[in-house]
Amino acid sequence: MRTRTNTDNGGARFAWPGRLAGGAMALGLALTGTVQAQEEEPIKVGILHSLSGTMAISETSLRDVALMTIEHINEQGGLLGRELEPVVMDPGSDWPTYAEQAREMLEREDVAVIFGSWTSVSRQSVLPVLEELNGLMFYPVQYEGEESSRNIFYTGAAPNQQTLPAVDYLMSDQGGGAERFYLVGTDYVFPRTTNRIVRAYLNEHGIGDEDIEEVYTPFGHDDFQTIVNNIGDFAEGGPTAVINTVNGDANVAFYQELANQGIDPIDVPVLATSVGEEELRGMDTDPLTGHLAAWNYFMSLDTPENDKFKERWAEYVDENDLPGGDDRVTNDPMEATHIGIRMWAQAVMQAGTTDVDAVRQAVYGQCVDAPSGFEVCMDEENHHLHKPVIIGEIQPDGQFYPVWETDEVVRAEPWSKYVEESEDKIADWTYPWVCGNCEEAQHDLGF
Amino acid sequence: MRTTAWTLCRALTVCVLLALPLTAAAMDSADERVQELDENPEAAAERELASVAGRELDAGTAEVLAGLATTDRATLEQAIEQVAALQDPEALPTLFALRDRRLYFTDDQTLIIEDSDDGSLREAVTGRERPDLETSQLSQPRVTNTVRRALRPTIAALQIFSDDDAARRAAADELAENPQPELREAIKRAAEEEDDAATERLLNIALAQLDLDSEDDARRLEAVKLIAEVRANRLRSDLAAMTGRDDDGNYVEPVAEIREAAAAGVRAIDRRAAFASFASNFVYGLSMGSVLLLAAMGLAIVFGLMGVINMAHGELLMIGAYTTYVTQNLFALLAPEWFHYYLVAAVPLAFVVTAVVGILMERGIIRFLYHRPLETLLATWGISLILIQTVRWLFGAQNVAVSSPPWFAGSVQLMQGVSLSTSRVGVILFAVFVVALVWYLMNRTRLGLEVRAVMQNRDMAAVLGVPAKRVDMWTFAVGAGVAGLGGVALSQIVNVGPEMGQNYIVDSFMVVVLGGVGNLLGPVFSALGIGVTTKFLEPAAGAVLATILVFAAIILFIQWRPQGIFALKGRAADD
Repeated sequence: MRTRTNTDNGGARFAWPGRLAGGAMALGLALTGTVQAQEEEPIKVGILHSLSGTMAISETSLRDVALMTIEHINEQGGLLGRELEPVVMDPGSDWPTYAEQAREMLEREDVAVIFGSWTSVSRQSVLPVLEELNGLMFYPVQYEGEESSRNIFYTGAAPNQQTLPAVDYLMSDQGGGAERFYLVGTDYVFPRTTNRIVRAYLNEHGIGDEDIEEVYTPFGHDDFQTIVNNIGDFAEGGPTAVINTVNGDANVAFYQELANQGIDPIDVPVLATSVGEEELRGMDTDPLTGHLAAWNYFMSLDTPENDKFKERWAEYVDENDLPGGDDRVTNDPMEATHIGIRMWAQAVMQAGTTDVDAVRQAVYGQCVDAPSGFEVCMDEENHHLHKPVIIGEIQPDGQFYPVWETDEVVRAEPWSKYVEESEDKIADWTYPWVCGNCEEAQHDLGF
Repeated sequence: MRTTAWTLCRALTVCVLLALPLTAAAMDSADERVQELDENPEAAAERELASVAGRELDAGTAEVLAGLATTDRATLEQAIEQVAALQDPEALPTLFALRDRRLYFTDDQTLIIEDSDDGSLREAVTGRERPDLETSQLSQPRVTNTVRRALRPTIAALQIFSDDDAARRAAADELAENPQPELREAIKRAAEEEDDAATERLLNIALAQLDLDSEDDARRLEAVKLIAEVRANRLRSDLAAMTGRDDDGNYVEPVAEIREAAAAGVRAIDRRAAFASFASNFVYGLSMGSVLLLAAMGLAIVFGLMGVINMAHGELLMIGAYTTYVTQNLFALLAPEWFHYYLVAAVPLAFVVTAVVGILMERGIIRFLYHRPLETLLATWGISLILIQTVRWLFGAQNVAVSSPPWFAGSVQLMQGVSLSTSRVGVILFAVFVVALVWYLMNRTRLGLEVRAVMQNRDMAAVLGVPAKRVDMWTFAVGAGVAGLGGVALSQIVNVGPEMGQNYIVDSFMVVVLGGVGNLLGPVFSALGIGVTTKFLEPAAGAVLATILVFAAIILFIQWRPQGIFALKGRAADD
C-alpha cells in the first residue's frame, strides 16, 4: 500500500527528484525536453479490476491492457506535461470491496479517474461512492443497460448495441431466417433483462410468445442434457436460433452437449453474448465451431488500427513476460478499456486540467479511431459510446470469423424502449434535462 | 506393520511433492501435444478426396466453378446452385475447400485451393501448384452458415453416386433430413442404383417427403405410409396439415385413405414423442444421478461411515481430476502411441494420489479432531482452501483442458429422440464399477470387516484386537481414493479448474444425508432418486426451480425421516 498521501504537496515534490532522475535516465537524453515538464506532480489513474477470485480470469487482462495504454501515453510525454501514475488495486471478486477501494482511490490517492469493474453488481457497488465523491469511472463491459450515471462513462455495449442487432441478423436471410427463438441464460440480472428486451423486440417483429422459449440455469450448471434435448425438439417447429447468455465456463458443458446431441450450427445457430476470445482460450473449441457471437470488436478484424493494437499488445506481453505469453489474446472489453483511456486522455488535453467536471464536459463527443476500424465517439448526451456491431463465427483456433457488421456505429439506448418501466425514461446530461434517469427535464429558466 | 505403513506414507509424500512442480512445468508443452493427438479421424478420410494435385477439370465444370470467385453472398449462393446442377463429382475438392475456407481467388478470378495438409496453393482447375502466390494477396469468398447450408445438399448430391459406401450413406442421410426438390431425379436414380439397404431406405425417405405434394394419389399414399413408418418428428406438421380442412371447409387431402394414413402417422409420431420424452428424462436422470453418486461415494465412506464432516471433499474430487490431466499430459509426452488409453492409467493413479492426500489429512490434522465435529468442519474447510490455492499455484487459475479419448466422443442413440453422449454412458458404467469396488472392499476384505467393526462399536473392536486408529487412517484413505475416482469421471464431463470441487460439496452431503448415514446402499438410491426427480421436473419447471423443488423435497423428507432412506440398525444407530 502507498503510504504517501497526496495532500502534502511540498513533501511530495521533495520526495520526487531521485525517482525522476532514474526515470529520466531510462528514457534517455532524447526526452530531455519533457523532463522539465515531468517534474510536475504525476496524474494518478485508478485501475480497479479483480486480480484474484472468480473474476480474475476475465479482469486481469483489462488491468494489463490499461497499464499498456498508460505506458504508451507516458512514452509520448504524458498528459499536460505530467506523467500518468497507475494506482492498481485488487478487489478480489468481492463486490463491496470494489466500493471500499474506489473510496480509497478517490479519497486517499486522489486519482483523477478510475478504469474498472466488470460485473454489473460491482459497478453498482461503486456507483454511490463515485456520485458521493464526484469521481469519474470508465466501465468497459457490455451490460444490460437501464442505467446512466453522471459519474460513469460506459464504453461497453448496451443491449441495442449487441443483442438486438444480432437478433436482426438471425432473422435475416443471411442469418438463417430464424422464426423461433430459444433464449437460454444463467439466472441473474444480465440474462434476465436482456431476454426481456429481446422478447419485447421479437414480439414487435411479429414473433409471438409461442415461438419464444426462455430458460435459465443456476450458476455453474453443468448438466445441459434436458435443455439441449428441448432445443432439438423446439427446432422441429421451424427455423430456430438460440440466444445464449449463459455465463462463464458453464458454456463449455452447454456447447459440448450441443455437439453430442448433434445440433449443427447450420441448422440451429447459437449466438452467444458473453463468449469472447479470452473465454475460448483454454476451451476445447471443436464443439463450438460455427456458432456465433455478437460483439463490437474481434481480435481477427483486419484493420490497420487493430494490427497496431495487437502488435502493441504482443510487445507489451513479451516485454513484461505476462503469464500466457504468445497465447494472450485481445478481446472486446480490452478494446473498450483501451478506447476509454484514450478518450479520457484526449479530454484531459482538451480541458487542460484533470478536474472531473471539466473533463466530463470534454469527453462528450470525443472521438477515437478504434481498433475495430470505426471512428467511435462518446455520445453528446447519454454517457454511452457509439459502437459498431459485429457478428463472428467461432473458428477452431479460438478466433472469430466476422460474418456480418453494421454499416455504421450504433447509438446506445441505455433505457430500453422495450422494457415497460423504462420506455419513457431519458438519459440526457445536457441542458435542460441534466439527468440520467428521469421522464421530464430537470431545469427550466422560464424564458 | 505400523512402521512400514509410515515409511511408505512418507516416501509417497516426498515423491508427490517433488513430482508436482516438475510435471506442472512440463504441462505447457504437453498441452500442445494433446491437441495434435486429439485430431478428428473423419478429417483424414476427407483429406484424400480434397486434394486437387494432379487432376484437371473439364472446361464446362471449370467455367461453372469460376462463378464461386466472388465476395458477394447472393452471387455465391447462385454459383453453388449452378455447381449443384452440374452433378460433376470432380467439383467436390473445390466445394470442400470452399466449405473449409481454403478457397481463394486471384484478381483475374482464378480459383486457388490451399492444401489442407501442407498449406501449398494450387489452382482448382488445373491442379497446378502456384508457389508465387500468398494467401494474404488473394480474395476469399465469405463463407457463412447460409453458404454452408447451401453447400451441404450440393455436396450430398454429388456424393450419392460415390464409390465409398460411407460417403453415400452420409449423403443419403443428409438428403433425408433436407430434401431438395431440384434433386428429385438424382435421388430417384440413386435409389434405384443403390445396393446398400439402409442407404436406399434413407433415399426413399427423402423421396417420400418430395412426393407428399405429388399429383399422383398412389405416390402420395406411399409417401405418407413411409413417413408414418419412420415417425420423424420433423414431418409431423406436414402430415397434420394433410388431415385438416382449408378455409372453405374442404379437406386439404381429397383422398380419404391418404387422410387416414396421415392421421395414423400423426398418432404414431405423437406416441413415439411422448415415449421418447419419458425415456429421455429417465436416461438423463440416471446419468445425472450417476455423476452425483460418483461425486458422493467417497463422502459416503468418510462422512457416512466415519462421521467426519469433510469440507475438503470437493477438493479431493478436484485432485482426482487434476491427476487425470497430469496423466493425460504425461502420456502425450512419454507414450504418445498409447495416448488414447491414458484414462485407464488415470483411474488407479487418481485413486493412489488422492488416497495419499487423504492419509496426510487424516494423520496430520483430522485424527486429533475426532468427536469434535465443529473443529473438524473448520479445519477441513481450511484444508480445502489450502488445496485450491496450491493447485492454482501449480497449474494456474485457468481451467485446464482434459480431452476425451476418441472412444468417448460422440453420442449413443438409444432410440429416436433419445441420445446420450458416450462420455456420460461411460460415467454410468464407471459408477457401477465404483459401487462394486466399494462394496467389495467393505464386504469381502479384511479391511472392510475391520472398518465395519470399528464403526459399529469402536471400543469392543479395539478390545478384540482391531487397531482402531490405523483402521481410521485406511478408511479415510479409501474414502479419499474413491473421491479421486469420482474426479476422474468428472474430468470427462465438466470443466477441470481449481474451484471445481466447490460445486459438488453441497450435492455430495445432500446425497449422503438423504441416503442415510452409515451405509453404502443409501447413496446409490438417493443419488439416482435425486437425478431422476430433477430431470422429470426440469422440462416443466426449468433448471432453477427444479433444483429448488428437489432441495425442498429433501428437507421435508429429512424432517419426516431424519435417518435417511436407509436407517442403520443396531448399536451405532443409538449414538
